[in-house]
Amino acid sequence: MHGVFLACGLLTIGFVLLITVYLVVSGIPAIHRIGFFKFMFGTKWASTAAEPSFGILPFILTSIYGTAGAMLLGIPLGFFTAVYISKFAPKAVRNVLMGAVELLAGIPSVVYGLVGMLVIVPGIRTVFGLPDGASLLAAIIVLSIMVLPSIVKVSVNALDAVPREYEDASLALGANEVETAFRVAVPAARSGIAASVVMGVGRAIGEAMAVMMVSGNVANMPLLSKGGLFESVRFLTTAVASEMAYSAGLQRQALFSIALVLYLFILLVNAILNSILKKGGGK
Amino acid sequence: MNSINGEKMEDTYKSIIQVDDLSLWYGQNQALHNVCMDIGEGRITALIGPSGCGKSTFLKTLNRMNDLVQGVRIQGTVSFEGQDIYSPQTDVSELRRRIGMVFQKPNPFPMSIYDNVAYGPRTHGTKAKARLDEIVESSLRASAIWDEVKDRLKSNALGLSGGQQQRLCIARALAVRPKVLLMDEPTSALDPISTSRIEELALQLKNDYSIVIVTHNMQQAVRISDDTAFFLLGELVEFGDTERMFSQPTDKRTEDYITGRFG
Repeated sequence: MHGVFLACGLLTIGFVLLITVYLVVSGIPAIHRIGFFKFMFGTKWASTAAEPSFGILPFILTSIYGTAGAMLLGIPLGFFTAVYISKFAPKAVRNVLMGAVELLAGIPSVVYGLVGMLVIVPGIRTVFGLPDGASLLAAIIVLSIMVLPSIVKVSVNALDAVPREYEDASLALGANEVETAFRVAVPAARSGIAASVVMGVGRAIGEAMAVMMVSGNVANMPLLSKGGLFESVRFLTTAVASEMAYSAGLQRQALFSIALVLYLFILLVNAILNSILKKGGGK
Repeated sequence: MNSINGEKMEDTYKSIIQVDDLSLWYGQNQALHNVCMDIGEGRITALIGPSGCGKSTFLKTLNRMNDLVQGVRIQGTVSFEGQDIYSPQTDVSELRRRIGMVFQKPNPFPMSIYDNVAYGPRTHGTKAKARLDEIVESSLRASAIWDEVKDRLKSNALGLSGGQQQRLCIARALAVRPKVLLMDEPTSALDPISTSRIEELALQLKNDYSIVIVTHNMQQAVRISDDTAFFLLGELVEFGDTERMFSQPTDKRTEDYITGRFG
């Protein structure tokens, strides 16, 4: 029996290695041919032009801005929701909210994209008086909703796990329930809440379908100072997905390189967030 | 002494908490029956009795920690310094500041030793660093743990031993300058050496605070308390001078309990 478990574990690790090796092997050649700096920091992506140009900085920046924006909206909303659910909500309300969060987690991303297309994109167009609402902002809004389940569920679990004794001690010192929640329970659940944020970032940065449907999917540089929030943009994920079907030659290889960059990017973000957020978490 | 419940025959003292005809229900279940008791100022009052007799429940009515339990209902009055603590005008936060509590299981917050002690004063509005430093030091000194932790105030309180954690919890309770200290079996999770240190500490603290201590350990009640209250099935069976009660209990049930016939 022991052997079966071991085999399962090894199989999982094997897949991770396989994917890593495959991405590296298939991603390197294009980077080599295009040139690392031209590829990573080139601002123009024109893969099918007569004089093709393969700069992916627009995608990298879009993914960074999109994820950061989604977390900027999603973290506070998810965090306060989690504190409410765990510490203040009456049981019935808690059950309804947790049910809603579960449901949100189960909705396929294409449905998020669809709702984004039908509601958020026209909404942005109307509110800001734009010719087209498909934009970085639309993607940020959709992503911020998509990260909520990870943030809320993991944070609620962490907050629920805070020993009741800590809260009793705080209340017995004369602190009220709000002070107790934020000054005792939240710090005690810090590492779990940090983990929820890491999961949320992972979800946001890796999302392709929904953002493709609402971001316009045009390889513009997202220049925030020049109203880039309202520009149509393309993410790292969607850059791969949208051209893969008809790509060939160097273009196809470049798409693999983008996938490699995305992969390394996610590893890097996870490593950084883990070290920052969990530092000083104590036991 | 037939109507044992409440009246004390022995030496007179000034009372700080008067409990009058207190009954408490958890849902349909009555956990306290018409308890009357005068808790003495500057004295140690021990609450003894078998598990489930209501002594911890009674303790928690004194700082309204029972408010947190769902479906609890309380009748009768508890007066602290002449004010009914269950009146709607009572500021519960202020009440709990003035009547501190130490729990059965040491429960320091998972933060630094300093922050643990400073938690209460900060909650009640003390912000100045110098003032906090002063409070932290004096509280840790008063709970006889200063020398052990003064060089590591910034390290995590969970790194302390169980006995040190409990003394830290006492320091944390003292930091908000309470008048009364409620202790809910504070040594039941500790080894004998740590236990005796807590007992010594309680005797020292008696000079400045009134202490009510729930204990399973009758020797402990004898060693440290001035007055003892014996609870059985939610009823206060006998209340009086500790020495007198353990030598000449007036109620048969008290006698049976302290001589170890049950409980």
